[in-house]
Amino acid sequence: MSRLTDANVVIAKEIIGRYPRPKSALVPLLHLSQEQNGYITREAMVHLGELVGVTSAEVYGTATFYEMFRFEPVGKYLINMCGTMSCALMGAGELMHHAEHKLGVKAGGTTADGMFTLAHAECQAACTEAPTLQVNYRYRFHVTPTDFDNLVDDLRAGKLADEIPAHGVLAKVRQRIPADKSVGAVAPEDVTEGPAWLDGKPAL
Amino acid sequence: MSSYPHAPGFVAGDRPKVVTSRFEYTDSFTIERYLATDGYAALRKALSKPAADIHEEVKGATVLGRGGAGFPAGTKWGLTPQQVWPRYLVVNGDESEPGTYKDRLLMERDPHQLIEGCLIACYAAGLSQCFLYIRGEMALAQERVATALNEAYAAGYVGKNILGSKFSVDIVLHWGAGAYVVGEETALIESLEGNRGMPRLKPPFFPAANGLYGQPTIVNNVETLANLPWLINNGVEAYTAIGTKTSPGTRMVAVSGHVKRPGVYEIINGTTTFRDLLYGEEFCGGIRNGNKLKAFVPGGGSAPWFTPDQLDLPFEASQVGPAGSMLGSGAIMVMDETTDIPAAALTLTHFYAHESCGKCTPCREGGTWLERILTRVVNGTGTDADLQQLIEVGTSICPGDFPHASNEALGLSAVPFPYKMTTICFVGPSAYAPIHSALTLFRSEFEARVTKRITIPVTAVGAAS
Repeated sequence: MSRLTDANVVIAKEIIGRYPRPKSALVPLLHLSQEQNGYITREAMVHLGELVGVTSAEVYGTATFYEMFRFEPVGKYLINMCGTMSCALMGAGELMHHAEHKLGVKAGGTTADGMFTLAHAECQAACTEAPTLQVNYRYRFHVTPTDFDNLVDDLRAGKLADEIPAHGVLAKVRQRIPADKSVGAVAPEDVTEGPAWLDGKPAL
Repeated sequence: MSSYPHAPGFVAGDRPKVVTSRFEYTDSFTIERYLATDGYAALRKALSKPAADIHEEVKGATVLGRGGAGFPAGTKWGLTPQQVWPRYLVVNGDESEPGTYKDRLLMERDPHQLIEGCLIACYAAGLSQCFLYIRGEMALAQERVATALNEAYAAGYVGKNILGSKFSVDIVLHWGAGAYVVGEETALIESLEGNRGMPRLKPPFFPAANGLYGQPTIVNNVETLANLPWLINNGVEAYTAIGTKTSPGTRMVAVSGHVKRPGVYEIINGTTTFRDLLYGEEFCGGIRNGNKLKAFVPGGGSAPWFTPDQLDLPFEASQVGPAGSMLGSGAIMVMDETTDIPAAALTLTHFYAHESCGKCTPCREGGTWLERILTRVVNGTGTDADLQQLIEVGTSICPGDFPHASNEALGLSAVPFPYKMTTICFVGPSAYAPIHSALTLFRSEFEARVTKRITIPVTAVGAAS
């Protein structure tokens, strides 16, 4: 089950086809795999290796470099608490203490019901809105302890299911390139000429 | 001056809007709104001229790179070797420098503007495929750009024979997966090739000559490309009429920390000063609670710190560099008098130690040592020798004098930016920058920690309000 499903293999092949070299699709495919299973399994890495033509060890090498890929199950909701400078200046440390108390786990831990994993995170590019957090990479800004409590209660009650999908689902919209509009990816060694529009004349 | 709930953090003012003109609309990210507000007019205009002319316009306007290094985009495009094909465009949307918040807004609020900028760059510099790399943690930006690309393909603005012309280019959306170092252009290329995102040694691998798949590759920042539609629509003269000769146009800056109105502002390049930004009523309106300013980081977490002595410097690289720091990615983090300086420095050193990719020993080992030593100093369990040790480890990452600002009260004169480094990229030096600044400008706060052996929780960096 942790190999890509047939439907996901179709998506994977479409993604691979956009790159001049198949291995370039590896990070997007790891996301696809994590979306399917919630984390990255050994079998998934073997399968992705087959799809892009590299060994599973190479897939593992790439996957382990990136923090978003998880190799064991995490909670349905991964709560990343920003602790870098702008957030720290605005009380992120106290907020983390509160979060640990509310969830009953230390940073890095998962609640017993499997609903929440609490994590330290680095700068989330929302520094003016400090302190910030992300739940499955969806933002919350100017978070107070009360906001945090309400967020956790709402997530538990399923009130935010439309906005925040389960861990692994990143963007809910995929790029789709229509076949009749696609220029197509070509391996660089197969390109012998410069672009047609560089002939010194206007393109239109 | 107004702020919009749909563009969190953004504060509009009565100033030229080059890249934020559509932010007032709640539907600014749709193709309908884009087309109703001059969208894709610049593409049409560009295609009606020879590609070389468009390249000349971008060169003539001196569009400085907005990612951190400030290198002019038109010059960068000209560094590709002649007659080597294909050439690629890689868009750096991996915004993650501490304090930086602008590219995400541009991707979420106006993705078509970015797409049009990519198309203009590809046309002008003969780039035959574009990869738009968005930071992994930015789900909304990914959704907005994916939707915009799908709309633009359907409408014939992207893909084969754009607008019926001989210009054809695919734009491929690519997501990262969480690694700060991938914001470095050669690491970005490694990541895009499906590898661990570790920087390549430069030289010989300057991307313009030898980048993605060993081919000439232009790596441009999101904001840089977002400038192009306005430039082509309004012309070089209008563009250079804003700002100064060496820093034309506008710039997106994020001011965070202890100011009354933190926010993202589009400011006039070259003339706006830090004092304008921090104290001006049209900007941040001063320090919170009427407190005093203690220090500020002028250009992202990697930048050496400034104190009130440097407030009158303008947003101009040729003045900020000699003053001992850099403008970087337009990120200003403000610390008021309540700030615990060693603890604040630790948040940044922790960041860079954590984000080291491990390729260069001075960064991999040194960053971790800096974090450990500074942690015990902050916790009140350090010794005097630790302060010296911090400098020694830092000097092994950055030999020689490290840049710092002048300070009248301390009788210090400035050491100009940049530094020398024993690492391939700037992550290692960045772990030391906050420590060096804090130790140089606020040494007594460190000495109080080690001699009195006081214990202060690491998390208490500043009061929440």
